[in-house]
Amino acid sequence: MYAFEFHRPKSVSEAAALLAKSKGKLIAGGQSLVGAMKLRLASPENLVDLGGVAELRGIKREGNAIVIGAGTRHAEVAASKDVQSSIPALAALAGGIGDRQVRNMGTIGGSLANNDPAADYPAAVLGLGATIRTNKRTIAADDFFKGMYETALAPDELITAVSFPAPKKAAYIKFRNPASRFALVGVFVSQDASGVRVAVTGAGSAGVFRATALEQALAKNFSPDAVKGIKVDTAKLNTDLHATAEYRAHLITVLAGRAVAKASS
Amino acid sequence: MGTSVSLIINGKTVTANIDPRMLLVQFIREHMQLTGTHIGCDTAQCGACTVFVNGNAVKSCSALAVQFEGAQITTIEGIAGANGEMHPMQAAFKECHGLQCGFCTPGMVMSAIDLVKRHGNSLSEQAIREGLDGNICRCTGYHNIVKAVQQGAANMKGV
Amino acid sequence: MNAPEKAQSAIGASVRRKEDYRFLTGGGKYTDDVTLPGQSYAYFVRSPHAHAKILKINKSAALKAPGVIAVYTGDDTAADKMGGLPCGWLIKDVKGEPMKEPPHPPLAQGKVRHVGDQVAVIIAETYNQAKDAAELLEVDYDVLPAVVDAVEALKPGAPQVHDGAPNNRCYLWSLGDKAATDAAFAKAHHVTKIDITNNRLIPNAIEPRAALAHYNRADESYTLYVANQNPHVERLLMTAFVLGLPEHKVRVIAPDVGGGFGSKIFLYAEDVIVTWASKKVNRPVKWTADRSEAFLSDAHGRDHHTHAELAMDKDGKFLGLRVKTIANLGAYLSTFGSSVPTYLYGTLLAGQYTTPAIYVEVDAAFTNTTPVDAYRGAGRPEATYVLERIVSQAAREMNLDQAEIRRRNFITAFPYQTPVALMYDIGDYKSCLDKAQKLADVAGFPARRAEAEKRGKKRGLGYSTYIEACGLAPSNIAGALGARAGLFEAGEIRVHPTGSVTVFTGSHSHGQGHETTFAQVVAARLGIPVESVDVVHGDTGRMPFGMGTYGSRSIAVGGAAIMKALDKIEAKGKKIAAHLLEAAESDIEFKDGKFTVAGTDKSVPFGGVAFSAYVPHNYPLDKLEPGLNETAFYDPGNFTYPAGTHIAEVEVDPETGVVQIVNFSAVDDFGNIINPMIVEGQVHGGLAQGIGQAMLENCVYDQETGQLLTGSYMDYAMPRAADLPSFKVDTHVTPCTHNPLGVKGCGEAGAIGSPPAVVNAVIDALAPLGVKHLEMPLTPERVWRAIQGKPTKVA
Repeated sequence: MYAFEFHRPKSVSEAAALLAKSKGKLIAGGQSLVGAMKLRLASPENLVDLGGVAELRGIKREGNAIVIGAGTRHAEVAASKDVQSSIPALAALAGGIGDRQVRNMGTIGGSLANNDPAADYPAAVLGLGATIRTNKRTIAADDFFKGMYETALAPDELITAVSFPAPKKAAYIKFRNPASRFALVGVFVSQDASGVRVAVTGAGSAGVFRATALEQALAKNFSPDAVKGIKVDTAKLNTDLHATAEYRAHLITVLAGRAVAKASS
Repeated sequence: MGTSVSLIINGKTVTANIDPRMLLVQFIREHMQLTGTHIGCDTAQCGACTVFVNGNAVKSCSALAVQFEGAQITTIEGIAGANGEMHPMQAAFKECHGLQCGFCTPGMVMSAIDLVKRHGNSLSEQAIREGLDGNICRCTGYHNIVKAVQQGAANMKGV
Repeated sequence: MNAPEKAQSAIGASVRRKEDYRFLTGGGKYTDDVTLPGQSYAYFVRSPHAHAKILKINKSAALKAPGVIAVYTGDDTAADKMGGLPCGWLIKDVKGEPMKEPPHPPLAQGKVRHVGDQVAVIIAETYNQAKDAAELLEVDYDVLPAVVDAVEALKPGAPQVHDGAPNNRCYLWSLGDKAATDAAFAKAHHVTKIDITNNRLIPNAIEPRAALAHYNRADESYTLYVANQNPHVERLLMTAFVLGLPEHKVRVIAPDVGGGFGSKIFLYAEDVIVTWASKKVNRPVKWTADRSEAFLSDAHGRDHHTHAELAMDKDGKFLGLRVKTIANLGAYLSTFGSSVPTYLYGTLLAGQYTTPAIYVEVDAAFTNTTPVDAYRGAGRPEATYVLERIVSQAAREMNLDQAEIRRRNFITAFPYQTPVALMYDIGDYKSCLDKAQKLADVAGFPARRAEAEKRGKKRGLGYSTYIEACGLAPSNIAGALGARAGLFEAGEIRVHPTGSVTVFTGSHSHGQGHETTFAQVVAARLGIPVESVDVVHGDTGRMPFGMGTYGSRSIAVGGAAIMKALDKIEAKGKKIAAHLLEAAESDIEFKDGKFTVAGTDKSVPFGGVAFSAYVPHNYPLDKLEPGLNETAFYDPGNFTYPAGTHIAEVEVDPETGVVQIVNFSAVDDFGNIINPMIVEGQVHGGLAQGIGQAMLENCVYDQETGQLLTGSYMDYAMPRAADLPSFKVDTHVTPCTHNPLGVKGCGEAGAIGSPPAVVNAVIDALAPLGVKHLEMPLTPERVWRAIQGKPTKVA
């Protein structure tokens, strides 16, 4: 790890000011960032710790939506009665991120700002059509993810909360990479009045994406049979040590069918 | 350019001015000389470094000590009784032969206690196996760890 | 002594481990836990290239970095005339010529040969300072083409790893009677042929290697704390071959060691360099590997490509076996790297079968990869995999039941001389198979398969009836085969005046529980509580000698040495007791902790005899030395031959290729068992590593660049709890005929027997879909592709 200066703001505004002034990097739970710094893949000169910013924590209902503070840890989302009752698929997803220890530290804001191409939360945000709230604006899920580790966030912008509309039905199925346990492919499906969303993580060479062919089929008939035989285009899928694009494409269809079955059960 | 941090480790308040890049595990092992917490990997997967932060299991190798200002940290050295009698989970690991080389063991025990605290004293084999996904053991094949966690969970009732 | 205590210390009782309290409460002391005053930190600068010439190294910027104490390169080690790391086993090739033994310098001399090869060491006040300075070391490389696959390395025109090893060949070795084997094939009714790969593995003991060396100018002595399985061997190799130090001035301590599995047997460059550097900087020097370094620098395991053919008569009786294996040795010969694909592999190809003619050739290649050496099982898993895969394939081709083909070929009369050099002393293979079939409820399998089919899942059952040769080794036989060391063991029994005992053993425990098992052996023999016996190991300063722990040898060889020392204790005790009891020595019996005059109630307890030995007021000083402290060395008369049957039951999801192991049953014959709980634990651990190889683990290099692609737990799949089932294990006992405890060893069986059982099970499940062959690891994509009839060759 390279040397850096450490800052502990107490509020969002103080954090934003520090961020702008120091051109530093935010640290929330640090479950991705500390690892990258240890391997010397990240080398911020200033680190702005959000751990002490109380206003970023907590989960609340706002009408039909669940609003989760950016600093809320995965374990808290998984255990939240509000999330479990309104969007059980989201609680289950949060309860399956990383492992027990990671869930006790990692935060939703940190995960989304990092936008790891195999992370789980981006699938939920895109698959539920959530809205990202920052210290400057709100950003629709469809506008937020800009490719691997890239988001719409400006350098001095920080996520404050995420608002998830409760769907009629939803489910997430993750096929784990046997080594890292990140998603080799993860598929989040949801259905509500505005339609069907199928978000895929782990598979795309540009990070999380919506599988439109599957969405169209499911919009007509929200049943596992509807996706059978649909071939997902392999052009924008990853081939790596753990799976070919061809296999990932196959899994997307299979997992989408299974997620629909799960959402409907 | 040190950063001041104050932690409560195994009930004792410790204040130090440290290089902010010091990981929590380094603080525990090097600054506190509590060497029961181990480092088995550098990608936060093996879980040998697991400690409690305010009662929750975290990997002390993937967090900076300065992130925990004011927090209560409990290490493997802090869970036995005042006279050294083992915590029910520690005792169950011994009884069930849930350890061999002992290196992953402290982290495994801490994770197991966290698992029981969150999911109760009656745990299925599957729940235990999935619940230990943040810890790697190379010696035991997990068979006896699973038995130990089941027994430890039962013995933690009322603790 | 009361009855429960006696029961508790008895041989065959699952005594809870004496070492566990310290491990469970954070009191273990591993090498990295040791801190010496004034300690400095070493960081190794490693090659980023698989193959390159070093044109120039400029130290000046690194030397000026904050906290840096010293920077050393190969020029410095050469100036001090440091030797290369030695190989402990000389293999002679088919023509009787010695293998090619190119130098293995601790710090690179002009060339690097694998990613991670040591180029320089930086010693600084802190670890971070050493690591920071490493980035300032300027190394100019001329990158050369690399070869990582052994098959490719042996082809004409491949990049040459060593000038002294033309065509990258270390040796072409053979074992067995080629003419007799050819004759057997000539009369065969059917020949089964397979081509299989034994995937390369990375051992991954959870404690990374570490070394902390201290030089004391006052008496010119060195102390090295090191995570190692055999400290005396480490000291011998390091002092005699590399550093030229007086052996008696070096103390090697292997304190608590967090797993080894073979990877901590070897003498590594880092151990040598920190020892050497501790004198140069006159400070203790500590090095602890991080996991990424472990992936690059711990010796790897397996990595064979094999073509095998099995000749049978019309009844499926094996007539002959022909095996050609290409083995990857890595960039250098590691300590025992040469012996693993030869004498620990070819000799096991008879398995449990009466195959009368066997011929094996092994072509061993240098490549631009980390050195390959012993990893749990070491050669025996590779042999078992070849044999048990081809036997299962043969059963399918001959339309024979998997158990039946094995039964028809089992060796049933002992001792049995195999055509590949070994003499099995005893075994009962049929009983193990019968018992395993019951344990696995083979009778109920068709119903389970039918039920799975209804859920759209494919079930399969796979067998492996394995043998291994353990208890390494009769020194004279090993020496005749090229071993450059003895393979005996030493044990010392120190009886204290109050009758408690300290045992000093040359075996080393890094998870095996010797502190308990050996204490049981001693307690049971002396009739004292197990709590009164402490076992000390892992310190050249405290025990007479030791060959260490590997090859499932500790109880069979180390335990036997302890028994021999106990013989001496008992003999001397009888002399003392005879004096105290005023009886003839020949009338003294020793039983249940008491020396008794036969046929009388006159007796003296063991503790009384011990006290007399140290307070010799009433003692035959004219005939007998005082004290009660005996040492013995034991050299085994033969290998031991654990054997057993492993049966895997799997369920495959044909839609995704996901394989679930739903049952795993193992019945092993380890001879007599001292502590069943510990033995079962050893089996569980071995099974996890074997199943890990079959299902998950795979070391992959980029074929072009030689970069290690599976260099962390992000890419190298370690078995987690949810990847494994609970195991059904049992034993069947035929006591070893040639050691005093009748024991065979249990450390490796799980890793040896299980991989073919798993693969055979998956092939059994998918045979109805036309799948005939699969390579390890059985990743979901590989299995899915096989089901789809697509080429399975994916990374």
